[in-house]
Amino acid sequence: MSAMSGNLASGGAKAPFKANAVKSSLWRQSIKRLMRNKLAVSGFVIVIFMILLCFIGPLFSPYSGNHNNLAMMNKAPSAKHWLGTDQLGRDVLTRVMLAGRISLTVGFASMVLSVFIGSLLGAVAGYYRGVVDQIIMRIADLLLTIPSLPLLFIAGAMLSAWKVPTDYRMYIVMIMLSFVGWPGLARLVRGEMLSLREREYMQATIVLGLRDRRKLFHHLLPNITPLLIVIATLNIGGSILMESVLSFFGLGVIQPTPTWGNMIDSANNLIDFQERPWLWIPPGLCIFITVIAINIFGDGLRDVLDPKNKR
Amino acid sequence: MSTYLVKRLTYMIIILFAASLLIFCLYAFTPGDFISGNMKLSPERKEELRQIYGLNKPVLERYAIWMKNAFHGDFGYSLAQQKPILQLFNEYIWNSFLLAIVSTFFTWLISVIIGVIAAYKQYSWFDSLIMVVIFAAMSIPSFFIGLLLIKGFAVDLKWLPPGGMTTTGSNATGFAYMKEVIQHMTLPVVVMTLLSLGSLTRYFRSNMIDVIKQDYIRTARAKGLKERKVLFTHALRNALLPAITLVGFELPALFGGSLIIEKIFNWPGIGQLYMSSFSSRDYPLLMGFTMFIAILTVIGTLLSDLLYKLADPRVKL
Amino acid sequence: MANHLLDIEHLSTYFYTEEGTVKAVDDVSLQVRKGETVCIVGESGCGKSITAMSVMGLIQGPNGKVVGGKIDLDGTDLLQLDKNERRVIRGKEIGMIFQEPMSSLNPVLTIGQQIMEPLIEHLRMSKKEARKRAIELIEQVGISRAEQIADSYPHELSGGMLQRIMIAIAISCQPKLLIADEPTTALDVTIQAQILDILRNFREETVMSILLITHDLGVVAEMADYVIVMYSGKVVEEGEVTELFANPKHPYTQGLLRAKPILNQRQDELYSIPGQVPNPLELTESCYFHDRCEHCMEICKVRRPELRELGTEQKVACWLYEKEAALHV
Repeated sequence: MSAMSGNLASGGAKAPFKANAVKSSLWRQSIKRLMRNKLAVSGFVIVIFMILLCFIGPLFSPYSGNHNNLAMMNKAPSAKHWLGTDQLGRDVLTRVMLAGRISLTVGFASMVLSVFIGSLLGAVAGYYRGVVDQIIMRIADLLLTIPSLPLLFIAGAMLSAWKVPTDYRMYIVMIMLSFVGWPGLARLVRGEMLSLREREYMQATIVLGLRDRRKLFHHLLPNITPLLIVIATLNIGGSILMESVLSFFGLGVIQPTPTWGNMIDSANNLIDFQERPWLWIPPGLCIFITVIAINIFGDGLRDVLDPKNKR
Repeated sequence: MSTYLVKRLTYMIIILFAASLLIFCLYAFTPGDFISGNMKLSPERKEELRQIYGLNKPVLERYAIWMKNAFHGDFGYSLAQQKPILQLFNEYIWNSFLLAIVSTFFTWLISVIIGVIAAYKQYSWFDSLIMVVIFAAMSIPSFFIGLLLIKGFAVDLKWLPPGGMTTTGSNATGFAYMKEVIQHMTLPVVVMTLLSLGSLTRYFRSNMIDVIKQDYIRTARAKGLKERKVLFTHALRNALLPAITLVGFELPALFGGSLIIEKIFNWPGIGQLYMSSFSSRDYPLLMGFTMFIAILTVIGTLLSDLLYKLADPRVKL
Repeated sequence: MANHLLDIEHLSTYFYTEEGTVKAVDDVSLQVRKGETVCIVGESGCGKSITAMSVMGLIQGPNGKVVGGKIDLDGTDLLQLDKNERRVIRGKEIGMIFQEPMSSLNPVLTIGQQIMEPLIEHLRMSKKEARKRAIELIEQVGISRAEQIADSYPHELSGGMLQRIMIAIAISCQPKLLIADEPTTALDVTIQAQILDILRNFREETVMSILLITHDLGVVAEMADYVIVMYSGKVVEEGEVTELFANPKHPYTQGLLRAKPILNQRQDELYSIPGQVPNPLELTESCYFHDRCEHCMEICKVRRPELRELGTEQKVACWLYEKEAALHV
């Protein structure tokens, strides 16, 4: 039954040289269990669908390339334009797909950054403790005390004031999001690290006289990996939501580069809002569907990978 | 207990100082201020104004002045609104508070009930439905659902007003005023509740599931107690206990989220104040608001910890 | 039979898992007389706890289910009762104590509150009466300063004291049957002795039957009148205690007794039964013990032996005794 996956957290008890064989069968078992969770699988499928739609979809569209066709402006959905057109005559469906590219990329990239920074700092803090721990944790506390939304808004405003070119804004937004994202992650990783380092098998490695780096990388990190995967997956949803809020307020990526958030913002005037729902409902729905699919998948992952979650 | 309090308070104060410095520097280094944004003034006049308001002094000096004034209760003067910040706060904050309190109440009420039932009937269709609803609530962007509801209920169906706190131009008082406010309050409260419902329900559900598996629940059943007693006296108490720590965090979260809600619904609260002073670069106000939330966060954390210590007999006071 | 308090006939409790059906209790029959102490012995996972839980009605769906049999308590078939009737019997007619006293009590309620609950529920006592009785009970289980203890919380007491409280709760309504599931396993040896003492005292004072589940043969020797040995969900041997210890019939029982280290006897190597308990999902039509049995015969590999009487108060399920059993039919 779940005895095998129960060993994930204390799995290092097996001798290091057997670790690889044990690990691959554990992963395989986990994947098998994951496949049985229909909800999680459908979440995964939807995410893949959105990715394909946004990254490959525009290649099939006859409207990509930002052609403004003023003759066709503000048309409701029709056979020629499945989601209608906007005030510059651009095909909404294509723009939604292109916007998805940005939103998804920013969401994913900022998560990767957050996880990288957060887990590194958290691991170091938890492992070495002492002064290093105090410093890192105080900084994290500080960042957590200041509300993230106003902080991001300020940063966004700074971007506008410094007239950062639109292309670079995307990258800066990624960095901004990871900046507010890493403290929470660092806390979690540090907590795991603190409890793991006291386990018996870690004391065994001390007795064996292994070097710090080997201990960190070969024994502790693999045990944190399942937790990290789960947090990372669930983090992407949050990043995508944050990015959309920023763009909605004009403080993230701005026009003409479309993101789902700023498409909704563009349509946030009296007439468009009331009479042209095809301009803002599709991007909003895209955000919703993507994030919920990611969350459901992440939850399924957590059921499978978190040894504390036994069915 | 007292040493613990003293340590915590000291730490709190240090963090708040550090936060205030960070916030101040952040705003100070942002290019442009209220005066430079004003197109009507000549450059010389701008310099003059800056001198008068002390905006051309070095950063640290300005910070020291700000802090000093703060201790005297003077949080600065809003340049855009031409009123002291504290007074402005006072005018707007109660509106935000109203939304916050009402939606918190509903959120907690609904999530406890749903979470407990879902946990008790784990694996049933009700539970699966609730799980999907929870995910939906956690995945929808706040501004989008706000817009959707406005379109649906205010524009298309015309059941509820689309924004504001009172109908424009009305000077109703007493009961009629309350009715108006309630009408206007409905949609924002619904959105705020929906957004927080997700994670809180899930939290209660998972707590309850963990608690039901515990040995002492088995003992309670073995004693032949009525199932209702087992659930409420034994399970629920233990499941709700860790939730006390959340109470403290709700406070700052609510005011932070109000930024978006108040903009969408045109609700005259401090969130809206913040957003409007954003575009006009009214930094004293922006700093005041950010500091306010930071203070709330720190107080909230302390409150949570204290409340928890009081409630859980296992924790030594 | 008239003086049987508890008569379990052909009880089967199955668990339905993703990997298959586990027959945790497979066609188990046993009897407990009034005032008798019956011990169920066996390794972890043999089904002894599940048997007890089935009697109490604490098998939780949707995965676990009592699929067949009869549990007769003093004339009433418990399995025929509805949920509410079952609940009334729990705590009143049957009391149960568990293995882990530290986690078996609610951490946010006082000891007194938890003792009073069954008194109020089953005996309809008022709060005042219940509190008085609760304090009496605490004293009866040998804890001094009962008033103070009644107002304290579980985390303030030691494991031994908590188990005494558990006993107090279980016997508070003077049940006819007390089920004790490994009551001393989690406790130190000296505390073990005290707990067993308390159980013995109650047994004498109130003619209470005890169904004691344990894997510790020392406890069996101390407490049991009658012993039932279980393996992989089935009863493999049962008998009166002194007879069983003197002449164990089933190879498994023999192995268990041999494995117990004896004081004052130095052994070069401690004996342990070779092999492992079979995977409950991979059971075949055979004697479940055959792959670990040193007397394994051909028939043991292909057919399961039935439980047969071998004389008064003795039953064995083993092909070695087929001929002997035939004589006693």
